[in-house]
Amino acid sequence: MLKIENLHAEIDGKEILKGLSLEVNAGEIHAIMGPNGAGKSTLAYVLGGRPGYEVTQGTVTFDGKDLLDMEPHERAAAGMFLGFQYPVEIPGVSNVQFLREALNSQRKQRGEEPMSGGEFLKLAKEKAGLLKLDMEMLKRNVNVGFSGGEKKRNEMVQMGILDPQFAVLDETDSGLDIDALKVVGEGINAIMRKSDKGVMLITHYQRLLDYVQPDFVHILAAGRIVKTGDADLAKQLEAEGYDEVMAA
Amino acid sequence: MSELPTIRDESWRYADFDAVEQLGVEALDQWQNVSVADGETHRQCLIVGSDAPELHRIRLNIGKGARAEIFVVVIGNDYTRVEVETDLGEGAHFEFGGVTIGGGDAVREFVTRTTHDRPDATSNQVVRAVHWNEATGNFLGAINVGSEGQRTDAAQDFKALVLEKGATANAKPELEIFADDVKCAHGAAIGQMDEMARYYMASRGIAPDVAQRLLVRAFIADALAALEDEGEAERLLEAALNVLEARK
Repeated sequence: MLKIENLHAEIDGKEILKGLSLEVNAGEIHAIMGPNGAGKSTLAYVLGGRPGYEVTQGTVTFDGKDLLDMEPHERAAAGMFLGFQYPVEIPGVSNVQFLREALNSQRKQRGEEPMSGGEFLKLAKEKAGLLKLDMEMLKRNVNVGFSGGEKKRNEMVQMGILDPQFAVLDETDSGLDIDALKVVGEGINAIMRKSDKGVMLITHYQRLLDYVQPDFVHILAAGRIVKTGDADLAKQLEAEGYDEVMAA
Repeated sequence: MSELPTIRDESWRYADFDAVEQLGVEALDQWQNVSVADGETHRQCLIVGSDAPELHRIRLNIGKGARAEIFVVVIGNDYTRVEVETDLGEGAHFEFGGVTIGGGDAVREFVTRTTHDRPDATSNQVVRAVHWNEATGNFLGAINVGSEGQRTDAAQDFKALVLEKGATANAKPELEIFADDVKCAHGAAIGQMDEMARYYMASRGIAPDVAQRLLVRAFIADALAALEDEGEAERLLEAALNVLEARK
């Protein structure tokens, strides 16, 4: 479903990703763990097409298409979702307006009919309920005045509404308290754990993986995947730390 | 006025003098005089501008406890200037919302002179400027509080969005206060499009032109926030956004 081969990427002329290869098949959840500065967020932004993140070598194929050749909004319409580590505030634009615009922009790009206001509200209500986010929050401006945890839950509500094929979730667990972590974990399972979908979970901690069981765990260090294992690798990391596990 | 202004006239310092000359002295003498009787409410919603220079001068006399609201969207392709001189009665209120939008090399400007020389009067002015190419957007706002203007509450807020290098915005607040119990607030900010907000929208599938329209709409909507007639507010917003749409 997503195939990354020998990916090199730089920001402001500084190489961050140095030959990263990784393949995620449909129905799989992959966790990416790694020390600070390893390139985890860079990987997320490169997949999401953020301006300023330049790919110098390598390929990324998504559902048989060249992902790197697509504009960010085209990637979204093709089914790619990026959950932001720091969700962006947009004053003056309500969540509901933003999401309806996003959903209908995607549908239009795919040649589908737009969703009516009534249908959309029903969908939004259902997904907000799943993530235990008050519907009132969806009427407010995008992320403005939201707490860290509310922003992250809002990311997951967006994911639920947009229903992507593939999600790259960049530290969705950071800033969440224990209860919210459980809600978000269950949300990810409900929305994304399906045989035709894939997930890349970028995280620092094992605790999210207690709720969202990964099929594979990769350690990303210095711009490359240096070790791959199953869910036990994450537990080993938590117990022993990166230095020891990577040296083994 | 019997002669044309020069750059030495403070309220004309950013004007396009070739255009002023084209307008001629007759245009300078054309004032629209509006008197709002005690306790009455007056509202004017205007969309001004064409392919030729335009000057609109409004003189407002607001009676005791009366309220005047002026909302203007300036969309001219040539020099367009809207002036409002206001004299507030006791306990009167003046509400001004202005938007200038456009490209080319045109100067679009608001010049207001608001006189608070009776007690307990309030005024609120919100101006938003959105420009590109070599265009200029100005707001020159003078507030004069006379010795009788106790408990005046006057506010001015100007924000400009410069969509590309080469466009300019000028803010010139001018406060003259001769009463001691007075609140006068003014703020001005000139900035560029929030690229992170634009990317966030793109990552959800919203095409760049749609994202820009949403962001600009949110930006200029501040100037029309006090306009309670939603239909009129929508008409003014659409007029402004149509200019953005036609941007080449």
